[in-house]
Amino acid sequence: MEKKTNILKKFVGNQLFIPLVALLLLIIFNLINDPSFFVITILKTKEGFPVLSGSLISIIDFGSELAILAIGMTIVTAATGGQDISVGAVIAISGSTMLRVLCGTNPQPDKLLAPIFVAFLVGALAAMLCGAFNGLLVAQFKIQPMVATLILYTAGRSIAAWINENRLPIIGEPSFGYIGNFLPGVPIPTPVFIAIACMIIIALVQKFTNLKLFTQAVGINEESSRLNGINPKFMKFMSFVILGLFVSVAALIKVTRISTITYSVIAKDIEMDAILAVALGGNKLSGGKYNIWASILGAYVIQFLTTTLYKLQVRSDALPAYKAVVVILLVIISAPAVRDKFAQITKKIKAKKAVNGGV
Amino acid sequence: MQEGTVLEMRGIHKSFPGVHALQGVQFTLRKGEIHALMGENGAGKSTLIKVLTGVYSKDEGSIMLDGHKGEVSIKSPQDAQNVGISTVYQEITLCPNLSVAENMFIGRTTAGAVLKWKDMNRAADKILKNLDIPAKATQQLGSCSIAVQQMVAIARAVDMDCKVLILDEPTSSLDEQEVEKLFKLMRDLKSRGVGIVFVTHFLDQVYAVSDRITVLRDGKFIGEYTVAELPRLKLVSTMLGKEMDDLADIKEDKAVNSQKDEVPVIEVEKLHSTTGIKPFDFYINKGEVNGFTGLLGSGRSECVRAIFGADKTIGGVIKIEGKKVKIAAPIDAMKHGIAYLPEDRKNDGIIGDLSVKDNIILALQVLEGFFKPLSEKEKNKFAEEYIKLLDIKTASPETPIKSLSGGNQQKCILARWLLTHPNYLILDEPTRGIDVGTKVDIQKLVLKLASEGMSITFISSEQDEMIRTCSRLVVMRDGRVVGELTGDDISQTKIMSTIAGE
Amino acid sequence: MGMTKTENTSSAVKQKKNILQWFNSLTDTNKLLLITIVAFVLMYVSAMIFEGKGFLKPQALCNILINNAALIITACGMSVVMITGGIDISVGGVVALVSMICAVYLDLHGGNVVVALLIALGVGLAFGLIQGFLVAYLEIQPFIVTLAGMFFARGLITIIHSEPFDVKNEAFVALKDTRIEIPFIGSFNNRGVFMPVYINIGVIVALVIVVLLFVLLRWSKIGRHFYAVGGNAQSALMLGINVKRTRFLSHIICGLLAGIGGFVYVLYVGSGSPSNALGMEMNAIASSIIGGTMLTGGVGNIIGTLFGVLSLSTIKDIVASAGLTDPWWTGITIAAMLCLFLIIQSVVISGKRKK
Repeated sequence: MEKKTNILKKFVGNQLFIPLVALLLLIIFNLINDPSFFVITILKTKEGFPVLSGSLISIIDFGSELAILAIGMTIVTAATGGQDISVGAVIAISGSTMLRVLCGTNPQPDKLLAPIFVAFLVGALAAMLCGAFNGLLVAQFKIQPMVATLILYTAGRSIAAWINENRLPIIGEPSFGYIGNFLPGVPIPTPVFIAIACMIIIALVQKFTNLKLFTQAVGINEESSRLNGINPKFMKFMSFVILGLFVSVAALIKVTRISTITYSVIAKDIEMDAILAVALGGNKLSGGKYNIWASILGAYVIQFLTTTLYKLQVRSDALPAYKAVVVILLVIISAPAVRDKFAQITKKIKAKKAVNGGV
Repeated sequence: MQEGTVLEMRGIHKSFPGVHALQGVQFTLRKGEIHALMGENGAGKSTLIKVLTGVYSKDEGSIMLDGHKGEVSIKSPQDAQNVGISTVYQEITLCPNLSVAENMFIGRTTAGAVLKWKDMNRAADKILKNLDIPAKATQQLGSCSIAVQQMVAIARAVDMDCKVLILDEPTSSLDEQEVEKLFKLMRDLKSRGVGIVFVTHFLDQVYAVSDRITVLRDGKFIGEYTVAELPRLKLVSTMLGKEMDDLADIKEDKAVNSQKDEVPVIEVEKLHSTTGIKPFDFYINKGEVNGFTGLLGSGRSECVRAIFGADKTIGGVIKIEGKKVKIAAPIDAMKHGIAYLPEDRKNDGIIGDLSVKDNIILALQVLEGFFKPLSEKEKNKFAEEYIKLLDIKTASPETPIKSLSGGNQQKCILARWLLTHPNYLILDEPTRGIDVGTKVDIQKLVLKLASEGMSITFISSEQDEMIRTCSRLVVMRDGRVVGELTGDDISQTKIMSTIAGE
Repeated sequence: MGMTKTENTSSAVKQKKNILQWFNSLTDTNKLLLITIVAFVLMYVSAMIFEGKGFLKPQALCNILINNAALIITACGMSVVMITGGIDISVGGVVALVSMICAVYLDLHGGNVVVALLIALGVGLAFGLIQGFLVAYLEIQPFIVTLAGMFFARGLITIIHSEPFDVKNEAFVALKDTRIEIPFIGSFNNRGVFMPVYINIGVIVALVIVVLLFVLLRWSKIGRHFYAVGGNAQSALMLGINVKRTRFLSHIICGLLAGIGGFVYVLYVGSGSPSNALGMEMNAIASSIIGGTMLTGGVGNIIGTLFGVLSLSTIKDIVASAGLTDPWWTGITIAAMLCLFLIIQSVVISGKRKK
C-alpha cells in the first residue's frame, strides 16, 4: 500500500502532472460538449493533394509557434527569474525584416530579391539583436526583465512598421507559403515539422552543452554560481539572445502562414501565452530548475484551450479575458503564501485525525 | 530585581529543531552602563538578542524590566519598542530615500494623519544637535556616511525614550574615526542613564567603552565580569572555553614543512581587496597545510576570498609557482588549480534545488567548458565515487542537495572541489555546524591530501582543529595580519596571546 | 589679459563646482524632478524656436493638457504604485474598459452621467482591490498580476461591445463640450480678435488630482509610508510600518485613478471602442519614469509625473512637426525616451550608491 501511495505521490509531484491533468480535463470537456472535436478528416488543397484537417490538427499546427517560444521563454525564466514580454513585438520586427529582405521596397515583387533562407538569417539576426538589447538592460543595468522588455513591447510593432515603411508586402512565391502551410504532397502542416526540429535542436543543445546546468545554477543561486566560475551576467545575456533565435523561427512561421504581415496584429498577445505555457508546465516563474518538455506540453495545452474556446464561439478578441483568469488561478495556486497556508491547514487536519485516531 | 538594574533576563531557554540554542542563559543590565555581550559564532548572542527584541519567542525563562511589575511579554519588535527596548542592527534598517528627520519619526505612533514637516525637522535638528550627530534633518539619509546613518538609527531609538539600547555589531562597517564618534555617543547616552548592550567581535572596542562583559559559549552562560576582572587574554580563553594552563597542545603527525628555498605554490604580495582588509602577504608551499586564524570578522575569510578572486582586488600581486598571474574572477583562479570552499555554505556554496550529483560535478563541469558536458555515465561515476569516498549520506545522487544535512552538504561541496584535482585548496570553515564524526573525517582527509602533495589553507573557528592540522598559522586581528606562528609556537596559549595582541 | 582669462575660467570652474555641489545636496526625488523640468522647458523652448507658430500660442500648452488629461490621471496612479516599489500595467486596460462600460451605459442604455461616474469609480476600485490583495497579501509578483489584469480588461471589453460607436447622450455631450475659458491669457487671431485660452472639465479633474496627490504624498503619513516601503520594505517593517497594507492601498489608489481616468477619457473621445486607450499603460509608465519616478521604488514626485506627460506629448509633437509623421515614430520616440531616462536614473542615482 505504501508503495502505491509513493507512486501516486511521485506522479502528483511530477512537473508534467499539472499540464497533463489540464489536458485531460479539456479532452473530457470536449468529449461531452462535442465529440466531433476529435474527428480528423482529409481535405484537398487548391493544388489538389490531400491534407489532414480537424481541431486536433489545428492544435498541433497552430501550437507550433507557441511551443517554439515556450522553449526560449523557459530558458530566460530559468536564468533571470523574469519573463520577456516583448516576444510578440519582436516577432513583428523579425517578420518585417524577412519581408523587407525578400521584397525590398516593392510591396509585391514578381521575383524574390534574396533566397528565403537568407531572409530568415537576417530576420534571426534582427530578433537576436533585440534579445541582446533586452539582455543588456537586464544583465548589465540590472533592470527587472519585465520592465526592460517593456521598451521593445511598446516600440516593437512601430519598429516593424518602420522597417517596411508601413507597406504591406505580399509574397506571391508559392514556396514561401509552404513553410507556414503544407509542403506539396505532405498531409501534415509544415510548422509541425519545424516545431519538432526545434525540439530536437534544444534536446541536442541540452545534451551537448551545459546550457541547462549553468542557467539553472544562475537562476537558483547567482553568488554560488559565480564562485564556481560561471559568469552570471553572461548567462543572463545569452538566455535573451537564445530566446531571440527561437522568436525568429516563430516569426518565420507567422509570416509564411499568410505570406504577408499585419504589424499591429501579428502574434498579438502571444507573450501572455508563452509565459502561461512556462507556468502551466510547473516551472517556477521566479527562476531556477526547469523542464523544457513540460513547458512545451504546456504550450500545446494552451493551444488546446484556445481551440476549445474558439469552438465555443468565443471571439478571438475576448480570449485574453479567459486566459487571464487561468493565469491568475495558476499564480494563486503556486504562490508561496498560499502554499504555506494550505500546508498549515492540512497539517492541522492531519494532527486532528491523529488525535482522533489515538482516542 | 535590584535597585539600579534596568533589565534582567533569567533562565532563558530557546530551542530550534536539532539545536538547543540557549540553555538557561541569564543577563543583567544596569542603568547607565555599557555591557558587552561576547561569544564566538554559535554561542547564542544573536539568539538572545532576538528573544529580547521579540523576533523569537522564548521557550522558558523570564524577562524583567525596570518600571514594569513582574515579567514583561515581548512578542514582536513593536512590543519591544513600546516597552523601551530599541535595537540598532549591523545592517542599517532605515530607508535611504527618506530624509534624516523622517527616518527618525516615521512609523511611530503619534496622533494625526498629517505630517508637520517644520515641527518634525525642528525636533530632529534638536536631537541631532543634542547628540552631536553631524547631519541635517532635511538631508537625505542615503547621502550620509554609514556611521552617521548608524547614529541616526541610535538617535531614533533614544528619542523613543528607550531604556535599553542594543547595538548589534554596529561598528563592523565603520572606520576608526567613525567608531570614535559612535563611542562618544555611547558614552554620552550612558551618562544619561541608558543601559547599552554592545555586541561586537572587535576586542579593542570592548575594552575601549565597556563596563562589564557577559560571556556566552555554546548556548550557555559562562560568566559576568567587570572589565578589570577579565583581561584580553582571559576573555579570549573564556570565549573559546580553554583554560590556559591545562591546554595540552596535542601534536599529531602533521605534514612536514618543505624546504624554505622551494618556490611556493602560491605567493601573494600586498594583496588588497575592497572588503576592508589591509594589504597582506602570504605564501604556501607544496604539501603544506596552513591556516588563517583570528576571531570572527578579523578578515581571515576576506584574505582567501581575495586570492580566489571572489572579491574585487584593488592592488597586489599573485604568483603561482613563481609566475605572476592575473586573477580577476573565480574562473581564473580555478584554471590555475585553486579551489575554494566558502564559509557561507547556504548562500555561497550549494545550489539548493540542484541534485547532489549536479552539485558535485559543477566546478569540474565549469572548468571543462560550456561545450564539453560530461556524459551522464561520467557524472554518475564521479558522483558515486565521491559519495562513497566521503561517505555522503544521501538517498540517491538525484536528491536535491538542500534536503541533506549540513555536514553532508559540506561533503558534497568538498567533493565538488576535490573532483577538480586542485593544487591549492582553500577550506573556509569546512567544519562549521557539522557533527563531530564528520569533523574528524574532514581533518583526516586534509592531512591525507597534503601528504599526497596538495597545498591546503584551513580556516576554522575551532582552534584545536587548526592546531591539529596546520603547520603554519597566519594570525589576524581587525583586518590586519598580526603574526605568523610555526612549529612549537602553534599552541592555544600562543595563538590567543597573538590574537589578543599582548 | 592672460591673467583675467585664467581668473575667469577659474571662477567659472568654481561656479560649476558650486552648482554640482548644490545638485548633489538635493534629495534623489528633487534631482530627478529638476532634470525632468529642465528637460521639458528645453524641449518646449526649442520647439517654440524651431517649430514656431503652433507652439508659440498659449493655447498649445492647454491643448496638450486637454489631449492628455486622462493620461495625467492614470500616470499619477502609476507613480503612486511605482513609488511604493510595484508596478501596474493593467491601467490602460482598465481605462479602456471603464470608457467602454460608460459609453455603453450612457449611449445604449440612456444612463445618467453621475451614475456613469460612479460605475467608473467602482470598476477601477474593483481592479485595485483584487490586484492589490494578490500583490500585497498573497505576495505574487505585481507584474504578473497586473499583466493578467490588463488582458482580462481588454478581453472583457470586446465581450461587452465589439464595435466602435459614438456616445450621443445629451447630458454627456454637453459636459464633453464644456469649455472653460481662462480670462486674460490668450492670443490674437488673424483678425486681431483676442482669443482667451480654454480648457475642459477633464483638465480640471486632472489638475485637482495632481494637487491632491501631491499633498497626499508630501504631507500625509500614508504618503510617506509609500516612500518608505518603496525605499526599503524590510526597513519599513522594522520602523513599524504596515508594509502589506501600504502596498494594498497603493494599488487601490492606482485602480481608482484608472477608473477616473477612464471616465475622463470617454469624456474626451466621446466614443466607446475596443481600441480606446491602446498602449496607455506604457505611456503612463513612461511618463512616470521620465517624470523622475524610480522603477525600483522610493523616489518620485507627482509634479514630475505631470511634467513627464507634458514632455512626452511635446516630444511627440516635435517629432511630428519635424516631418516624421509616420505613425510608428510615436512608439519609437516613447521607447527611446524611456530608455534614455532609465539610463539617466541608473547613472545619477544608482551609480552614486555603489560607493
